Amino acid sequence: MPANRFNGQTDYGIGIGLRVPHYAHILEKKPVVDWFEIISENFMVDGGRPLRVLDRILEQYRVVQHGVSMYFGSADKPDRAHLRKLKALVRRTGTPWLSDHLCWGSVDGTYTHDLLPMPYTFAAARRTAEKIRQVRDYLEVPICVENVSSYAEFHVSEMTEWEFLGEVVERADCGILLDVNNIYVSSKNHDFNPYDYVDNLPHHRVGQMHVAGHTKFEKYLLDTHDHPVLDPVWKLYAHATRLCGVTATLLEWDDKIPSFDEVHDEALKANEFVDGARAGASRRSPARR
Amino acid sequence: MKAYSAPTGLRPPPARAPARLRSTADLRSLQRLMTRALVRPLTARDGLQPLWIDGRPMADVAASFIKANSRLTAFERLQIYNRVYWYRLMSCFEDDNPGLRALLGERRFRDLARAYLARYPSRSFTLRNLCSRLPRFIREEPRWTEPRTAPALALARFAWAQTVAFDGEAHPVLTADDIADSPPARLRVGLQPYLSLLELDYAVDDFVIAVKKRDALRAEASNTVESSAKGSRRRHARPAARLRRGRIHLAVHRLDGVLYYKRLDRAELRILEALAAGSTVARAAAAGGRRVPPGRVRDWFASWMKFGWLCKHQKSK
Repeated sequence: MPANRFNGQTDYGIGIGLRVPHYAHILEKKPVVDWFEIISENFMVDGGRPLRVLDRILEQYRVVQHGVSMYFGSADKPDRAHLRKLKALVRRTGTPWLSDHLCWGSVDGTYTHDLLPMPYTFAAARRTAEKIRQVRDYLEVPICVENVSSYAEFHVSEMTEWEFLGEVVERADCGILLDVNNIYVSSKNHDFNPYDYVDNLPHHRVGQMHVAGHTKFEKYLLDTHDHPVLDPVWKLYAHATRLCGVTATLLEWDDKIPSFDEVHDEALKANEFVDGARAGASRRSPARR
Repeated sequence: MKAYSAPTGLRPPPARAPARLRSTADLRSLQRLMTRALVRPLTARDGLQPLWIDGRPMADVAASFIKANSRLTAFERLQIYNRVYWYRLMSCFEDDNPGLRALLGERRFRDLARAYLARYPSRSFTLRNLCSRLPRFIREEPRWTEPRTAPALALARFAWAQTVAFDGEAHPVLTADDIADSPPARLRVGLQPYLSLLELDYAVDDFVIAVKKRDALRAEASNTVESSAKGSRRRHARPAARLRRGRIHLAVHRLDGVLYYKRLDRAELRILEALAAGSTVARAAAAGGRRVPPGRVRDWFASWMKFGWLCKHQKSK
């Protein structure tokens, strides 16, 4: 699904996250990058250097917004002031779609600044889908929700994580930002088969994918975004790409950030799997040649 | 160990975890329970507190809403989130307050950070605002900074002013044409929202600059040691950062996206404060005192215009 209504009918390739240590390199060298993903909250400010840098980036590059604090799964109503700032940024960037996480992280106006796992219940799915619709209607931009990595599960859950994801996106009629690293991390932490997760998604709703590195501890994996992508994650990415089609893909590298070129080179490894998926699709669909 | 004050802004968690989740109210109940668990400070060994707020074993409370797996108990799984929460917020607090850290020393600084974050959990979607209430907290609970509460307060105010100056709102800059036909007795001008005016009893600007230089040298020194592990271990001289006592008047602002601190004359500060309070230009100039020559006041206005500090007067709503 290279272009679909969940990613604004775009056909973006391999992107990387726009991070402060790379600002000078990007602005001076103007490297060729298909697109940048920005963390919305870093630019939901009233002025100063962040917006100056963003405007210079927007002159040269395509930018997609990715949020970390909308908390679609929180019981609280969407915060109006937050939405106003986000909409101003959406207008500034012209982002063709906007993503945030299928999680919660605040209650009664107190923020944990974490991406906390959802209880996988029908009531939670209904509430979450309702909020996604409200936010999309206000922002007037397609929304993709991202599956998070998690370290805990709730007794009250009534379904698997992928069933919950499917329930939410069908009810909200929104897209999926499929983070294959998060699936892999959670599969190890919760003892499920990551391929079951990918196989049982509504593939036509995937508007973007994420890949990233993680860290292995003695008893669990932690989603650290401070490593190159590990082989099992690339394999899962290849599998997901075969099922969902070649779609906009982004490498997340948020800690111990190496040089721009190292990050970009790591992201471009995705092309190897993209080419494989394209070849596979051609073999399966000769009429499309 | 000093006790932490109860967190502000949190509603009471449910007495028991919801057995089923059938409504938004149930969802909120579960989220209040987990949030309360996460914002509780870690133990001295960076662990989840062993007892819940009502005295029950935390292991029982965690097991009432979180599943265990073959490798981790519910307590251990909740502890992962508790640690991530505190590590993230402590790291942000440290980044925002290098001066306070140097003033108080590592242990007392971390005690202050934990006490502040325990009392004032974040009420903003962005970590940018994490330390907005730190000056207030230092006034409310001086026990965490005694006997250095006054300089600690000065540094906390200075740190927050830098956050505001970095990405605070900017109004269109006032031009000479905007005020050409307005007599000073009727003209009111505003100050940029990102500009902070501080009157402090400590030279916080010199101190923080020295601390940052020292920290940069330390980083350079540790890189040198790492890169020449087999060679001689060179020691860099570390300049001592000392916070001098003495009244200063300071503007914290930005120019072309870069953060600056500018020392002001006392009269200059008074005039700016008067402008910010809504006085006419003539009255504000008088607030500087009779001893200030009119030519000097004109020069100050010219500087403020050049720095872009002045904007149109915003009538208070």
